[in-house]
Amino acid sequence: MCLGIPGEVVELFDSNRHLAKVDVAGVRRNINIDLLEDENVAPGDWVLIHVGFAMAKIDEREAQRALEGLQLMGQAYTDEVRAVIESQIA
Amino acid sequence: MRFVDEYRDPAAARALVARITELASDGHYKFMEICGGHTHTIYRHGIENLLPTSVELVHGPGCPVCVIPMGRIDDAIAVAQTPGVIFTSFGDMMRVPGSTGSLLGAKAQGADVRIVYSPLDALRVAVDNPDRHVVFFAVGFETTAPSTAATVLKARQDVVMNFSIFSNHVTIVPPIKAILEFPDLRLDGFIGPGHVSTVIGQRPYRFVAEEYGKPFVTAGFEPLDILQAIAMLLTQVSEGRCCVENQYTRCVSEAGNPRALAILDEVFELRPQFEWRGLGLIPRSALKLRPEFVQWDAELRFEVPGVRVADPKACQCGEVLKGAIKPWECKVFGTACTPETPIGTCMVSSEGACAAYYNFGRLHREVAVTMGGPR
Repeated sequence: MCLGIPGEVVELFDSNRHLAKVDVAGVRRNINIDLLEDENVAPGDWVLIHVGFAMAKIDEREAQRALEGLQLMGQAYTDEVRAVIESQIA
Repeated sequence: MRFVDEYRDPAAARALVARITELASDGHYKFMEICGGHTHTIYRHGIENLLPTSVELVHGPGCPVCVIPMGRIDDAIAVAQTPGVIFTSFGDMMRVPGSTGSLLGAKAQGADVRIVYSPLDALRVAVDNPDRHVVFFAVGFETTAPSTAATVLKARQDVVMNFSIFSNHVTIVPPIKAILEFPDLRLDGFIGPGHVSTVIGQRPYRFVAEEYGKPFVTAGFEPLDILQAIAMLLTQVSEGRCCVENQYTRCVSEAGNPRALAILDEVFELRPQFEWRGLGLIPRSALKLRPEFVQWDAELRFEVPGVRVADPKACQCGEVLKGAIKPWECKVFGTACTPETPIGTCMVSSEGACAAYYNFGRLHREVAVTMGGPR
């Protein structure tokens, strides 16, 4: 729950509902970008995702660092990614 | 992956440890981290074993799973057992023990308890099940609270009336203040939480330096981040300064996320007080829905027992959360209380100090014991 997972924004597809498609560990899922409305999120941006919401825009370098760090966490990371993948935000 | 090679630089780690050792050579320093992610990193990477014995890390109440009191779990179970209810929760909360069992136990006995990743998934369950009432068990610091708030706004916008939240959201500043007021706890500074601070920024921590004279350094989650934060804290101490510094500028800005804060404020207000596991009642430390959102407030919709339940006598989670004892000094650590059959919350979450120590720390300690006793 507390782990922020980096994802790369692939597409903004429903601005009314603040939805974006992101690539998380090679899997594409929908997330809500309402909380970053003031940051002009665009495809190619990296964001830190908490419980289905983008919470902060980060650069690619930080995204790679964070991913690498998370992978070292082992089970906690695997569980979080599985949870993201099972999510069906629409 | 070129960035990572640079980042996981063993030479940089060695240099930081040398710097820390030098800065801490003339005293004994005690720093508290208040973030479950940091606790996890510290144990996972054996950071305490890298540090000189003159630097001690205390693992504060930074894991939201660990600070939920038993009475609130009992309330959650009572709601989950109400006929017609689908109770949704983050997976982390399923095994947290209440006074008579856990949500996992309630599910085994027939309650419809479902694990969700996001409050938006819970809202979707409500839309898909119009003849049932769906409750979301909302927990977490300011890291997750804005997501709950945005979901409540969406429920209102989409007129989803068979959905409510059971709010157990807590805020990070009041427990820091409570800890600073503990008479027996002498701390020399704080390693500030990373992801919470992406939301609230750096300003709310200023009182730590200005009113209590303690240095505060917000840190990232890499082992090198933690080491660098410790070096920054020691540098402040050695230079006779105390201020709020930011090691994690890669993610945390001075102002945080203003939109997330605005949405939080629109949907939530502070409770007069809230019970924290092991820490007791802390004033204005938790969030409840504002009156205009009563229709989505599970606490008003359901009869919850609302009873304060004392922690099990054998459990010393409170002392662990206050940093008064180390996890392994608890009487039931690793014997009656294990991650498989937890008595206390600190043993449940992978970010709890006891579970982190149980999973990663024991070997380190066994080595330490054979080399001349526990540190």
